[in-house]
Amino acid sequence: MSANLTLLIVMGVLYAVGIYLLLERSLTRVLLGLMLLANATNILLLATGGYAGLAPIFSKDIPAGEYNDPLPQAFILTSIVISFAVTSFMLGLIYRSWLLARRDDIQDDAEDRKVAAQGSFDAEEDADIDLDTTEFDEPAKNDNKTGKGRGTR
Amino acid sequence: MIIAIHFVVAMAAPAFFSRMGRQAFYILAAVPAGSFFWLLAQHGAIYSPTSPNPSEVLPWVPGLQLELAFRMDALGWVMSLLVLGVGALVLAYCGRYFKKDDVDLGGFGAQLLAFAGVMFGLVTADNLVLLFIFWELTTILSYLLIGFARTRISARRSALQALIVTTAGGLAMLVGLIMVGQSAGTYSISAIMEAAPALLAAPATAGIVNGGIALILIGAVTKSALIPFHFWLPGAMAAPTPVSAYLHAAAMVKAGIYLVARLAPGFAEAPAWAPLITILGLGTMLVGGWRALRQYDLKLILAYGTVSQLGFLTVVVGLGNREAALAGLAMLVAHGLFKATLFLVVGIIDHQTGTRDIRNLSGVFASAPALGVVALIGAASMAGLPPLAGFVAKESIFEAFWENAAHGPDPVAGFVVLALMVLGSMLTFAYSARFLWGGFAKKVKGMATGFKRVPPAFLAAPAILTVLTVAYGLFPSVVDGWIAPYAALFPAKGPDAHLALWHGFTPALGLSAATIAVGVLLFAGRSAVGRFQTKLPPVVDAEKSYRQVVNVLDIIAIWVTGRTQRGSLFFYLSVILSTAIVAALLALIFGGQRWPETVYFVDPGAPVQVIAAIAIVLGALAAARANKRFLAVLMVSVTGYGIALIFALQGAPDLALTQMLVETIILVAFVLAMRSLPAELRERTAGSHRLVRMVIAAAFGTTMIFVALAAMGARVAAPVSLQFPELAYEGGGGLNIVNVTLVDIRAWDTFGEISVLAIAATGVASLIFVRGRGDRLPRASTVETGSVGRVAEGDAGTGRKAATAELARRFTDVARDAWLVAGRTLAPERRSIIFEVVTRLMFHSMIIISIYLLLAGHNSTGGGFAGGLVAGLALTIRYLAGGRFELAEATRVSAGSLLGVGLGVASLTGMFPLLLGGQVFQSAIIHLDLPVFGDIKFVTSTIFDIGVYMVVVGLVIDVLRSLGAEIDQHEEDSANGQAPTVEESPLGVGR
Repeated sequence: MSANLTLLIVMGVLYAVGIYLLLERSLTRVLLGLMLLANATNILLLATGGYAGLAPIFSKDIPAGEYNDPLPQAFILTSIVISFAVTSFMLGLIYRSWLLARRDDIQDDAEDRKVAAQGSFDAEEDADIDLDTTEFDEPAKNDNKTGKGRGTR
Repeated sequence: MIIAIHFVVAMAAPAFFSRMGRQAFYILAAVPAGSFFWLLAQHGAIYSPTSPNPSEVLPWVPGLQLELAFRMDALGWVMSLLVLGVGALVLAYCGRYFKKDDVDLGGFGAQLLAFAGVMFGLVTADNLVLLFIFWELTTILSYLLIGFARTRISARRSALQALIVTTAGGLAMLVGLIMVGQSAGTYSISAIMEAAPALLAAPATAGIVNGGIALILIGAVTKSALIPFHFWLPGAMAAPTPVSAYLHAAAMVKAGIYLVARLAPGFAEAPAWAPLITILGLGTMLVGGWRALRQYDLKLILAYGTVSQLGFLTVVVGLGNREAALAGLAMLVAHGLFKATLFLVVGIIDHQTGTRDIRNLSGVFASAPALGVVALIGAASMAGLPPLAGFVAKESIFEAFWENAAHGPDPVAGFVVLALMVLGSMLTFAYSARFLWGGFAKKVKGMATGFKRVPPAFLAAPAILTVLTVAYGLFPSVVDGWIAPYAALFPAKGPDAHLALWHGFTPALGLSAATIAVGVLLFAGRSAVGRFQTKLPPVVDAEKSYRQVVNVLDIIAIWVTGRTQRGSLFFYLSVILSTAIVAALLALIFGGQRWPETVYFVDPGAPVQVIAAIAIVLGALAAARANKRFLAVLMVSVTGYGIALIFALQGAPDLALTQMLVETIILVAFVLAMRSLPAELRERTAGSHRLVRMVIAAAFGTTMIFVALAAMGARVAAPVSLQFPELAYEGGGGLNIVNVTLVDIRAWDTFGEISVLAIAATGVASLIFVRGRGDRLPRASTVETGSVGRVAEGDAGTGRKAATAELARRFTDVARDAWLVAGRTLAPERRSIIFEVVTRLMFHSMIIISIYLLLAGHNSTGGGFAGGLVAGLALTIRYLAGGRFELAEATRVSAGSLLGVGLGVASLTGMFPLLLGGQVFQSAIIHLDLPVFGDIKFVTSTIFDIGVYMVVVGLVIDVLRSLGAEIDQHEEDSANGQAPTVEESPLGVGR
């Protein structure tokens, strides 16, 4: 089949700008990027429908090929409404983030940083311990403070 | 089956313990004891020469050839006797070993009993996968039992170590089992053993089977604590002593030996077999014996002794001829008897004195002569002194290997093996002596460790085992009869060997004598030996290497995690997108796909599109550059409206309509949500990042163009949608093909979609309201006139602004019919009378239009989505004109119930045809002849569309109420100096 390059270029630009904004720290820009990505995808779907055609309102006299392809249209309709829902949800998120933290940007995950910075020494595994030579001494003697909680399987 | 009984009782065990305390161990012991005697009674059936071995098969997962297959032959029977007998004695012993007030005994007893059952299952399983399952169960139970003393770090660590090592071996074994099973075409062990020679001979399977056997042997090696994995067994001595006696001497570690014995008749000829078994076995025997001589802990002497003996057993059982098989099994039983005895003795010593350190023990024999005698007999059997079980077994082993060396294919290797074996036995003698001396001798004059009297019930278990050891030594022919059928699986070479106390003056007797002599010397010169050992440079410490390996793994894990999980969304997205780009490009370059036959820039049917396209591109670029928040939003809207235009030109009026409406509502939502955020979009990412972003973005856009081209080029068949017009009209009863597609042909998609809408709506509401869905519906009549959004007096500003406010106040004071119900609630300066009038005029028409779109959508442009959005837009206008109370007045139904009812209507429409024998979402066409409207064709899928309509309206209301009304409330609260209600619990999750 043939392809409408205009639509594809529009799609490419929308994807590019969408990705560019998506990689931004500002939540608002990320949301705008997502919207552009959704728009780009709609155009992609539309382009698969081929040449412009008649509106798909059925009439007995018109052969099926004359209509613009209704299947991508149904997909796009679904997509439009879903991106509306997603956008609203993201707006809620942004507002909430602003309300709580007075920021609308994406923070790095501190927990991940902490994991990366930790050492490999683990008292449970690596601490030196004495050999037990009996089972009948006071059990507290060899108890290890760091092991609390972890020892309960 | 017996196993089931074990498990049932094991599950009930905690109940016994809570009622009876430690006495419950005796009940548990009765279970394996009963099984033991039942098995003894079955002797006739199993050893009958005429009937086949009893077996039982229950299908489990036939597709995987997995079945509960059990088979009892001589090997399985002897192993079962050992496992159950020792198990019963150890459980009985536990009844005195533990203190009355020890916690968690219930779980412990259950695990120990379950272990006996699992072990019994292991030695009788006749299916490779089933065998593996039992195998891993022993590993897990062993982990739990070693870690019984949870408060001790040593117990936890040893348990984990044992688990990791044996599970690693178990995994290798699983792979090996599958390799063998797949090449044999069956997982039945007995069938595989019959086919073994053929498997090894056929060139197609030989390599795989050989590799599989090697992997299985790795499993056996880890389980039986052979070098280089032997270190976990001494570590496992952190377990309570009865557990050590049972699992780590008599039962679990024998599983590896059992596996070797089970496979030896068929696979001893495999090329990987002999070197692996012999080298590791002998090495283990020597290392274990050598290290046992260095230990001061009685239990560790035994543990290293066990390691040594396991190596010894592996070599013997794995040799793969008739004499060695007989001797190996004889030794297996003998070892089980004496090693369990000795461990239990150690347990008693520890229990009564509070130590196991031989440097602190002295004069125990004098305090407990009976215990001393038991230990003496056990140790003598271990050392190989006549007339005990150990001696009988060791004699026949020496004999078998002497024969093998003298008449076998490779005499040099044979004699080297024999010599090392004798050396190992000398060490065994030496550490047996060390054990006895260390545990019982009076080492320092006058010093005697305090020792409480041993109750007879405590001593019973080791005493019974001792009696058996002696009986075995005196009447070896009984055991000989038990294991001869197993040995007969190997081809006969000359006259059959038999176990006997007295073989005559044979080379083996000479070797035994030499063993004893050198052993005595080694013990006598123990201080010299000790000095020599300390001088010797330490050989590779396997446990240290293990810990280093684990440590290196930790470091690598942290490094990898640190590099990949950086916590930066930018980093993650960049990696994902780059992968997407590269993967797609590679597929495009190497995929060899077809490109579209023609590409064109201007669609002949819609040339104006190009203009819209230019507008979209400009809008998008401007959106990327904009640094004012609303400017960016507006620019994105430009692309949205442009796309609506493209839709319209392309022949998609439904899309154009929906896109316009959505774009408008989104714009409103943006403004509502972001009014409190700063206008500037600050905090741009760093310059280098921007370059990366641009590159990724451009690459992604370009890639997508080519992907789209390739996708369209690949399309050769006629689109499925060519049938849609016909389908829509005939089946769906509608003219608007897109709408019929949504509500009928692809109704499932739409149903999923409206569910998403309902979820998103609820999500928005709960994000803003935090507590609950905010479904309360305030009435405008409760609100004071002009109170909403009123600017505090004096704050109104000066000059023109103040004048405007003044005018507005005067205007609204006029008592007249309100254009909007709640318009009066707004502060005068916030009201726009023109807007109110326009709203008043437009609202009802818009609602009617929306209903028209909904109902007409089936046949012309429109549908539930478009209709719902128009209604939503009408509400939006009312909210903007009249404030939040106006919105509440306009929507007397809560958004939540609208969403729920909408979803309900849609799903009922879907389900209803089922009742009439149709399919889900089947639609029916009903012709009505109404007096006024004339002939009406009503399609049931319109009801589905009504559900869609309600969900969409619910979504818009939720957006307005949350992003609009509730944020109004927050703003007012904070402007009036009150904390917004949500701040009371910033992270409140209650609904």
